[in-house]
Amino acid sequence: MSILILADHDDGQLAPATLNTVTAATQIGDDIHILVAGDASGEVAKSAAAIAGVSKVLTADDTTLAHGIAENVAPLILSMASDYSHLMAPATITGKNIMPRVAALLDVMQISDIIKVESPESFQRPIYAGNAIATVTSNEPVKVVTVRSTAFEPAAEGGSAVIEAAAASADAGLSSYVKSELSSSERPELTSAPIVISGGRGMQDGSNFAMLEKVADKLGAAVGASRAAVDAGFVPNDYQVGQTGKVVAPDLYVAVGISGAIQHLAGMKDSKVIVAINKDEEAPIFQVADFGLVADLFDAVPELETKLD
Amino acid sequence: MKVLVPVKRVIDYHVKVRVKADNTGVELANVKMAMNPFDEIAVEEALRLKEAGGADEVVAVSIGPSQNQETIRTALAMGADRGIHIESPHEIEPLAVAKLLKEVVAREEPGLVFVGKQAIDDDCNQTGQMLAALLGWAQGTFVSGIEIKGDSAAVIREVDGGLEHLEIRMPAVVTVDLRLNEPRYASLPNIMKAKKKPLDSISAADLGVDITPRLNITRVEEPPAREAGIKVSDVAELVDKLKNEAKVI
Ligand SMILES: Cc1cc2nc3c(=O)[nH]c(=O)nc-3n(C[C@H](O)[C@H](O)[C@H](O)COP(=O)(O)OP(=O)(O)OC[C@H]3O[C@@H](n4cnc5c(N)ncnc54)[C@H](O)[C@@H]3O)c2cc1C
Ligand SMILES: Cc1cc2nc3c(=O)[nH]c(=O)nc-3n(C[C@H](O)[C@H](O)[C@H](O)COP(=O)(O)OP(=O)(O)OC[C@H]3O[C@@H](n4cnc5c(N)ncnc54)[C@H](O)[C@@H]3O)c2cc1C
Repeated sequence: MSILILADHDDGQLAPATLNTVTAATQIGDDIHILVAGDASGEVAKSAAAIAGVSKVLTADDTTLAHGIAENVAPLILSMASDYSHLMAPATITGKNIMPRVAALLDVMQISDIIKVESPESFQRPIYAGNAIATVTSNEPVKVVTVRSTAFEPAAEGGSAVIEAAAASADAGLSSYVKSELSSSERPELTSAPIVISGGRGMQDGSNFAMLEKVADKLGAAVGASRAAVDAGFVPNDYQVGQTGKVVAPDLYVAVGISGAIQHLAGMKDSKVIVAINKDEEAPIFQVADFGLVADLFDAVPELETKLD
Repeated sequence: MKVLVPVKRVIDYHVKVRVKADNTGVELANVKMAMNPFDEIAVEEALRLKEAGGADEVVAVSIGPSQNQETIRTALAMGADRGIHIESPHEIEPLAVAKLLKEVVAREEPGLVFVGKQAIDDDCNQTGQMLAALLGWAQGTFVSGIEIKGDSAAVIREVDGGLEHLEIRMPAVVTVDLRLNEPRYASLPNIMKAKKKPLDSISAADLGVDITPRLNITRVEEPPAREAGIKVSDVAELVDKLKNEAKVI
């Protein structure tokens, strides 16, 4: 049983979620290949080859494959699909964008966002914002699977896979990349950070997020937000944690001025330890918090910062 | 240009879903249903395009049992011109939904299809991408901004690191994200007017598409519950607990 994993990367670095996908793959089979499709992504291929458990890295290098353009990457995967029983990708924006296109071209149903491997044909996945867990079995000839990274440990380094070039496909001529506006941050990436501190509507203003950033810097944490905080323009879209934002499961999640709507909980309730700071003692967030502090955040957060020294 | 908007009927997002005692699914009987919130955003965007002169007809389509006609009526009350209901006995998987939509596209020849980026029940996040693949069209996914420029569209996508701008060729499938717009509410007069708007019903079988499920849901269960925590009295106690009890800082 051979498994092909589509690496998520930006041509410079391998996205950490790829490592968690490898772990999920090792629970299915033992011949694991990684496809690095991109433009001048040699460094990414090297990182992929160093992942323990990976036997081969296939590279497809072409300008048309830069930025993960789905219309160009999907036919490439399609051309390789017959060698594999499983085609997998992390359930990141890249994976979510490309894999359903691959599945449809193969005439198979995709299994989205798995959190557990029961067998090579059977997987668990959350539905209804994580309020129910479905066990799904597929008899499709090829299983197209996306993986929720927080549900699997990252694979270790220590591998020495062979790197081989795969034939790049042509430009489909449907989409072209224009530019990116990426939020730059020195802090750890939200979905893989060991500690996340998130602010909600209670923060009142984007400038008040500076309070959270100070705490984050002392803890080595990433900063996240509720949808309400993003919609209000306090912080950029990529901060959103939740059912329709990012899913995080750090060792410590601190929710500040967040009420705890189910859509938010869907993105953080698998965190190991949850802290809630909210002035409303009835806020639903306290129902999932290990440690709740009923307080005004404008007092509690600066005090927290000083007490961390 | 015609715009096609597939709208899905789902459990209202305010409802706390319950898993059935026999673990075959979630309780859908007597539960409040509504249009998938992302599809409201899709309808709104289509209407704005029409109001700005960029589209001349907005057609809403829903696949499912007869109750899905209510969801189409909601889209019509918001301002869509016409509805198509594809009658299917059970809810069907994204691949089958995409195949049915492909047939509707062949009949209607829209220049754009706006779909929700995900349905909030199954959270599959597949249908739009699958439809684009089957049509051989461009796809703009997770879109929070769109501008039509003749035979192409400039889209802004919400990606993991921020925003990405793409130029996609038309016709195209666009999956809409939360920040694209804020959907309007249907006014009472418009709800009344919507009752008279045309709504065709066709059966999935008439479209010649095999909708047999490919996946089998063998079990649906509750997620493990979190144990109730404690309230701390002040910041000092919080820091102490995190350091010495939970050992996470
Ligand atoms: C289709 C759909 C998708 C969604 N997806 C997501 C998602 O992915 N992520 C997400 O987060 N939400 C999502 N939502 C929105 C969700 O339903 C809630 O509206 C949102 O999470 C609320 O954000 P909040 O908790 O910041 O705001 P509120 O619910 O307004 O809560 C603010 C909290 O701050 C507290 N507060 C105020 N001032 C202070 C103070 N000075 N000190 C301490 N506490 C204070 C209040 O007591 C309150 O509990 C989605 C909704 C829909 C319909
Ligand atoms: C593995 C699996 C097996 C299933 N088996 C069954 C079953 O046996 N019986 C059963 O009752 N249900 C079943 N379902 C549920 C049903 O199939 C879902 O409606 C379907 O999977 C669509 O997924 P989604 O809504 O998450 O798609 P998404 O890809 O998340 O939806 C995105 C968008 O596609 C459009 N769209 C999706 N569905 C429709 C629709 N019906 N009409 C119009 N537009 C639509 C909307 O614009 C929506 O916003 C199953 C679901 C899955 C995932």
